[in-house]
Amino acid sequence: MFYREAGDFKTSYKDDNQTFPIKFDRYRYYAVLLFGFAVVPFLIDDYWVNAIFMPFLIYAIAAIGLNILVGYCGQVSLGTGGFMAVGAYAVYKLMTAFPDVNIFFHVIIAGAITAIVGLLFGLPSLRIKGFYLAVATLAAQFFLVWLFNRVPWFYNYSASGQISAPERTVFGVPVTGAETSAWATYLFCLVFVFLSAIVARNLTRGSVGRKWMAIRDMDIAAEIIGVNPLKAKLSAFAISSFFIGISGALFFAVYLGAVEVGEAFGINKSFLVLFMVIIGGLGSIFGSFAGAAFLVLLPVLLKNTLVGGLGWPTDLAAHLEFMIVGGLIITFLVAEPHGLAQLWRVAKQKLRLWPFPH
Amino acid sequence: MNQMTEEGYVTEDGRTIGGKLMEMKHISLRFGGVKAITDISFDIREGEIRAIIGPNGAGKSSMLNVVSGFYVPQEGEVWFRGEKRPQMRPYEVARQGIARTFQNIALFEGMSVLDNVMTGRLTHMQTGIAAQALWKGKAEREEVENREFVEKIIDFLEIQAIRKTPVANLPYGMKKRVELARALAAEPKLLLLDEPMAGMNVEEKEDMSRFVLDVNDEFGTTIALIEHDMGVVMDLSDRVVVMDYGKKIGDGTPDEVRNNQDVIDAYLGVSHD
Repeated sequence: MFYREAGDFKTSYKDDNQTFPIKFDRYRYYAVLLFGFAVVPFLIDDYWVNAIFMPFLIYAIAAIGLNILVGYCGQVSLGTGGFMAVGAYAVYKLMTAFPDVNIFFHVIIAGAITAIVGLLFGLPSLRIKGFYLAVATLAAQFFLVWLFNRVPWFYNYSASGQISAPERTVFGVPVTGAETSAWATYLFCLVFVFLSAIVARNLTRGSVGRKWMAIRDMDIAAEIIGVNPLKAKLSAFAISSFFIGISGALFFAVYLGAVEVGEAFGINKSFLVLFMVIIGGLGSIFGSFAGAAFLVLLPVLLKNTLVGGLGWPTDLAAHLEFMIVGGLIITFLVAEPHGLAQLWRVAKQKLRLWPFPH
Repeated sequence: MNQMTEEGYVTEDGRTIGGKLMEMKHISLRFGGVKAITDISFDIREGEIRAIIGPNGAGKSSMLNVVSGFYVPQEGEVWFRGEKRPQMRPYEVARQGIARTFQNIALFEGMSVLDNVMTGRLTHMQTGIAAQALWKGKAEREEVENREFVEKIIDFLEIQAIRKTPVANLPYGMKKRVELARALAAEPKLLLLDEPMAGMNVEEKEDMSRFVLDVNDEFGTTIALIEHDMGVVMDLSDRVVVMDYGKKIGDGTPDEVRNNQDVIDAYLGVSHD
């Protein structure tokens, strides 16, 4: 009843073009922001941050990044894990080489470095499409992991071959290292998620986003109306990798603290983020969040219900968890191939007319 | 038609046509051993509606693809606005002010009508990626300015009601109209229409013919079109090029072409006795 656009007249193209054109959506968005920034930090403890919020937020950034490439520009990539590793090792090298610079900038520069690497591995996209491109990006995945394993310079010649994040602070509060508190790491990641989502939204609603979508939908027509396919594809690779690099940097520095590259950034990571994007909805920023939430929360939820609620043995529950999540993904994709974002759109469409069917 | 000069001519309905906007000089195009186009020359004058007709497989669409830079001819020169055009990628041709529609609709199915038409405006949008990431300021201003122009086109083609509809949901005739809108959004100097009325019923053809004439009249856009419906071609166009088996067999006003023996032979066949 309150979800109405009737009477909410837009009198300028600026108003018509805003992210949340319906008033209720807008206020809901502000409410979520307020809750996320001002309420959640006071409520959470280490368990919530480490099991739920941190992976959700960090994967959301990676999913936004990959969604730009796959969902908006139509270029399939299986190199996400490798690009996250670039972000992680870049931020590690920066943190150890320039200890006086704030970690906030380190993370952003790590994103920029990943953007350059992503751009290089995006070059084959000019020649090949679809599955073949996916295979080509697989090369990035394996090459990058191999590189970080084999070249000791990247892990500062440490004996274990691992990298571990030294303590760094923002406004005097530690966000990396052993002494962090739950709310600080949460807020640090949230700021990046917030900024990434806004930047991604701005890019996808403007002319850059239209270029990407034009290439995705029909590359020949796009070129005929003036889109330079080289620039469009490479910019999608660069910007996508930028976000993925940021998420890799946060994943290493803030979430895990210490990382062994093959374990943390293997091919599994690439598939996980790709599934998030597909389940959440290709070509939708909201879908990136929804997909990340789905794949992060569902296992936790299942584990808690099966082990905590029904008292099943942990090992049985762990196996069943895989089967249930897998089954749910299949059911879900059969029922709604366009992902959670489409379900959300349909729900909103129905709400607008409720209680009338048409 | 009265006297044809370098500077132009006056059409039967009294419109003044200018000098040569585009000139094709001795174009030949081959695909391996297949000769798609053999030594064709013709010009397109500023402000005129120029039709290219011919039986199936005559090379009309190939000709249009040469004009829009999609095919590179093995021989011949393309002159645009008094200059010889170097070899270009299609997006560079688009930036010179040549827009086109396709025989099989080539819209961006995943986008709304508005986004499709706005995409046609890309050649006029210059804001860099950094400014767009911030959005407020330059990027937003540019978006609104171009939206205003696009809304004029939307008004002109009477597609206001489907502005926000995803293109995939539209009927065929509407898609054709949206494609025309996308081409017009670029404010082209030369508009190429590849069978704009293919597959349409009489009412839709009438609508489309009216839009073609209005575009020419209102924006002064030069139009080159390929069409199979002879009634439409003869009514709309100022001059007609006729092609058959990759060769030019006729060129002139609709009346001249209609009475050209080669053209009649090509269309009706000729007995070999």
